[in-house]
Amino acid sequence: MRPILMKGHERPLTFLKYNRDGDLLFSCAKDHTPTVWFADNGERLGTYRGHNGAVWCCDVSRNSMLLITGSADQTAKLWNVQTGSQLFSFNFDSPARAVDFSVGDKLAVITTDPFMGLPSAIHVKRIAQDPSEQTGESVLTIKGPQGRINRAVWGPLNKTIISSGEDAVVRIWDSETGKLLKESDKETGHKKTVTSLSKSADGSHFLTGSLDKSAKLWDIRSLTLIKTYVTERPVNAVAMSPLLDHVVLGGGQDASAVTTTDHRAGKFEAKFFDKILQEEIGGVKGHFGPINALAFNPDVFQAEVKMDMSGCITSTQITSISRFKTPNRYMVLLIFFPLFLFTDFLSRYQFFPPFSPF
Amino acid sequence: MVMEGILETASLLCIDLSQVDLDSIRLPPGEDFGIKSDDEDMNEEYPLEFDMGFGNIIVVDNLPVVPKEKFEKLEGVVRKIYGQIGVIKEDGFWMPVDPATQKTLGQCFIEYNTPQEAELAREKTHNYKLDKSHVFAINMFNDIEKFLKVPDEWAPPETKPYTPGENLQQWLTDEKARDQFVIRSGSDTEVLWNDARHLKPDPVYKRAFWTESFVQWSPLGTYLATVHRQGTAVWGGATTFKQLMRYAHSQVKLIDFSPGERFLVTYSSHEPSNPRDTHRVVLNIFDVKTGKVMRDFKGNADEFVVGGTGGVTGVSWPVFRWGGGKDDKYFARIGKNVISVYETETFTLIDKKSIKVENIMDFSWSPTDPILALFVPELGGGNQPARVSLVQIPAKEEMRQKNLFSVSDCQMYWQSNGDYLAVKVDRYTKTKKSTYTGFELFRIKERDIPIEVLELENKNDKIIAFAWEPKGHRFAVIHGDSPKPDVSFYSMRTTHNTGRVSKLTTLKGKQANALYWSPAGRYIILAGLKGFNGQLEFYNVDELETMGVAEHFSATDIEWDPTGRYVATSVTSVHEMENGFNIWSFNGKLLYRILKDHFFQFLWRPRPPSFLSPEKEEEIFKNLKKYSKKYEAEDQDVSLLLSEQDREKRRRLKDEWDSCVNDWKKWHEADRSERQSLRDGEASDEEEEYEAKEVEVEELLDVSEEVLAFEE
Repeated sequence: MRPILMKGHERPLTFLKYNRDGDLLFSCAKDHTPTVWFADNGERLGTYRGHNGAVWCCDVSRNSMLLITGSADQTAKLWNVQTGSQLFSFNFDSPARAVDFSVGDKLAVITTDPFMGLPSAIHVKRIAQDPSEQTGESVLTIKGPQGRINRAVWGPLNKTIISSGEDAVVRIWDSETGKLLKESDKETGHKKTVTSLSKSADGSHFLTGSLDKSAKLWDIRSLTLIKTYVTERPVNAVAMSPLLDHVVLGGGQDASAVTTTDHRAGKFEAKFFDKILQEEIGGVKGHFGPINALAFNPDVFQAEVKMDMSGCITSTQITSISRFKTPNRYMVLLIFFPLFLFTDFLSRYQFFPPFSPF
Repeated sequence: MVMEGILETASLLCIDLSQVDLDSIRLPPGEDFGIKSDDEDMNEEYPLEFDMGFGNIIVVDNLPVVPKEKFEKLEGVVRKIYGQIGVIKEDGFWMPVDPATQKTLGQCFIEYNTPQEAELAREKTHNYKLDKSHVFAINMFNDIEKFLKVPDEWAPPETKPYTPGENLQQWLTDEKARDQFVIRSGSDTEVLWNDARHLKPDPVYKRAFWTESFVQWSPLGTYLATVHRQGTAVWGGATTFKQLMRYAHSQVKLIDFSPGERFLVTYSSHEPSNPRDTHRVVLNIFDVKTGKVMRDFKGNADEFVVGGTGGVTGVSWPVFRWGGGKDDKYFARIGKNVISVYETETFTLIDKKSIKVENIMDFSWSPTDPILALFVPELGGGNQPARVSLVQIPAKEEMRQKNLFSVSDCQMYWQSNGDYLAVKVDRYTKTKKSTYTGFELFRIKERDIPIEVLELENKNDKIIAFAWEPKGHRFAVIHGDSPKPDVSFYSMRTTHNTGRVSKLTTLKGKQANALYWSPAGRYIILAGLKGFNGQLEFYNVDELETMGVAEHFSATDIEWDPTGRYVATSVTSVHEMENGFNIWSFNGKLLYRILKDHFFQFLWRPRPPSFLSPEKEEEIFKNLKKYSKKYEAEDQDVSLLLSEQDREKRRRLKDEWDSCVNDWKKWHEADRSERQSLRDGEASDEEEEYEAKEVEVEELLDVSEEVLAFEE
């Protein structure tokens, strides 16, 4: 276990995304400048300059050529990943929040916040092969429900769009017609704002995290609730291991409500749960503020550390984000977990030894 | 009525509905044709409560009968009397006049702003003598109906047939000898069994909005009391919790049972109408079984303030302290320079008078015997020493007295059997700038009550906590300075001499600020609450060793179950996060943990004392091995069953998950070609199946020919 601290952002981080190969890590923060890092050593590769507001979300195309970002400056922008140049800017009348490329990267879904009397909305844009032909026209616009939509992603085969946000309801929309197909049940569903939504590697199920101190696992096609993971603090971020049956929940008290007495009071640990048994199996300490975003490296074979212990030869990576108390120090904490530590987890209540990366 | 029905009827009667102005239809008065008005619906669901009513009106009788000329003079007199007590409403004074004689009828009506004022006026001026022939008789206007209903002839009360009551002790006969507890979280109040074997609570009864402020068990566990705006209610029973009795006391704030749970004291304080006045305090003492008010006390708050140290608006609770053990024979309260001791036969003062003790500060009852311990501070700048004395009740004889010099404060701690009394004395040092602490230990049960003085090794140590071992002869003290105070254990006996106190051990540098002895003695929890974030150390005082160390982060409350087998630690809603409770075994093993948002209360249901004689208990203790075999076997069975259930559950979850994953795989397969086309024919999404090949490529970069000279 070898944490790397990646320092570069000046405001709290909001979102993390690995590319498909798992060699690049994109980070978004409230400081207007999305940043790309080398995933294996934490070196900063470059930044994407041009936004004029907090950046909430990003997505990278399958071939790692195109980056899309959604920002509070009422735009969503397309970037050339390699050169960092801005290719196109989608302009809206309200802050853009979630962005997601479809399978095949020909479409993108962008959500906008309710703003100045405008309701929240989900926009589908066509992404041109050649950036010079890109237009800002929407293929489809869905008028959203009450409250902010915090996350919207594509369903299987781009046929549906899954959205969720402040009203705590998970919705599935038809991506052709914009019709509402399914809604999560009020009884079994979340009770408070859904803060994060993460799809499984094969896109067959997804995990939602909510301020009601729980995370829920849903079938992406039928929207049936499969699992619920109950924790002790509001959940800001969720992630599913691509390799093992683990889910990670991050969160903690609101930064403004953090007591200064004890970092344990805020519960800033990233908690690991057994995906199937719904039991807590461990936690990672090392954060001094709420965890805002979590991501697993999707490429489990491009292992940084090769271990030959208990028959396991791969390692996997988890990245979590910490907001530090010291001003202007918001950083990504990149942690490499050798697999043998995960097998340790399975002996119940075997927690990670607390470590201090500082 | 359904619209279709209306249409049908209309067509039958040849009425064109479009021509009818529905709003103009008036139903005959008193007839609703079976149609319920929406308003009435509301009324049925929410009966309106007229909290004001006529409760603020009093009727004054036996006024002088005066002719019209003197009318105003009389009104002036009456207004003067009643205006002092409260604010009379505008137009709130009416003196009816007999139209025949043009004279008053000798009565008047007075309306106050609040029922409390009216009640006060009734109390104060009933039987008020205006002059010899005019003695006021005051009634509440609300009572008129009651008086009207009084039958003219007396009828003997009906004797109700005897109905056997429920077994209120049913919970003690639990086969698994479990204990119950009540929790309050959010709007729900729940009673649960502590099923420690199954590592979970087992629900007994749950009810939302059961109480309006808090719940409380009676001291022997028979009743659960709930508190409402109108009064207090107690609940209990054999199978479930039903209401057994109600005790009306409007706006009750605090309640207290007598130790033998025969009586219930309720307390309320009311805002004065005149802001300069002090709060009015009402105390009622009820008989728990019959619900009868045995005695009520009313007065200004400052009459009930104890020892002159409490605030003006609050009283120190309980106002009445019960003495004489479980017989509930006496209760006492402290006043200015007096202690008033009442007995429960007649609910009057013993010997019809209070005990005069100049400047009394504090008192406490022995938990078992009718003995009062009194503390009087120093007087006259040290000329008259401070004093602790023991007084026998009802004889009011002083059994023992001890004078103490340069005392700043005193605290009294009784051992639960009433065998010992420890008095913690804070004394000034010679310079009077600081204080140090010592203990005076009284041996109540021995002849002449010997007193021993105990001082800590380091006299300047602050005492953070003190606690007697229940039913035992040992005590624990936390002393020294935070953050690392020491904990010392003492015994009232030494190995050779039962009459001398001895130190057992001192534990250095413990993160503790509270002591929780097991109710069975022997074990103690050294707890670090508040600043220490919930550190727990489970300590065995017999063996003088630590059994376990644990932490319940930010725990606020700790309570042993009545048998001393389990401990509950809880985080109540003073903290925002992690509300809920943990159940531990006596030796510090976490059994289970329940999280509940907005967690307010955790209370074990108390048990009445055992009927076994000490000899019998001793015998059981000796043959513990024999008895415990049966329980060990049961434990074994349960734990086997549990692990079997656990395995079963895991298997089931695993199977369910596998079937889910299979479904997903099928879907994924089915969608493969379509997905491929979405990606412009990019071959696979199972990109994992690549292999690294080493390919050697030979490339000719440059060829040049040169003729070299060959030398031989």
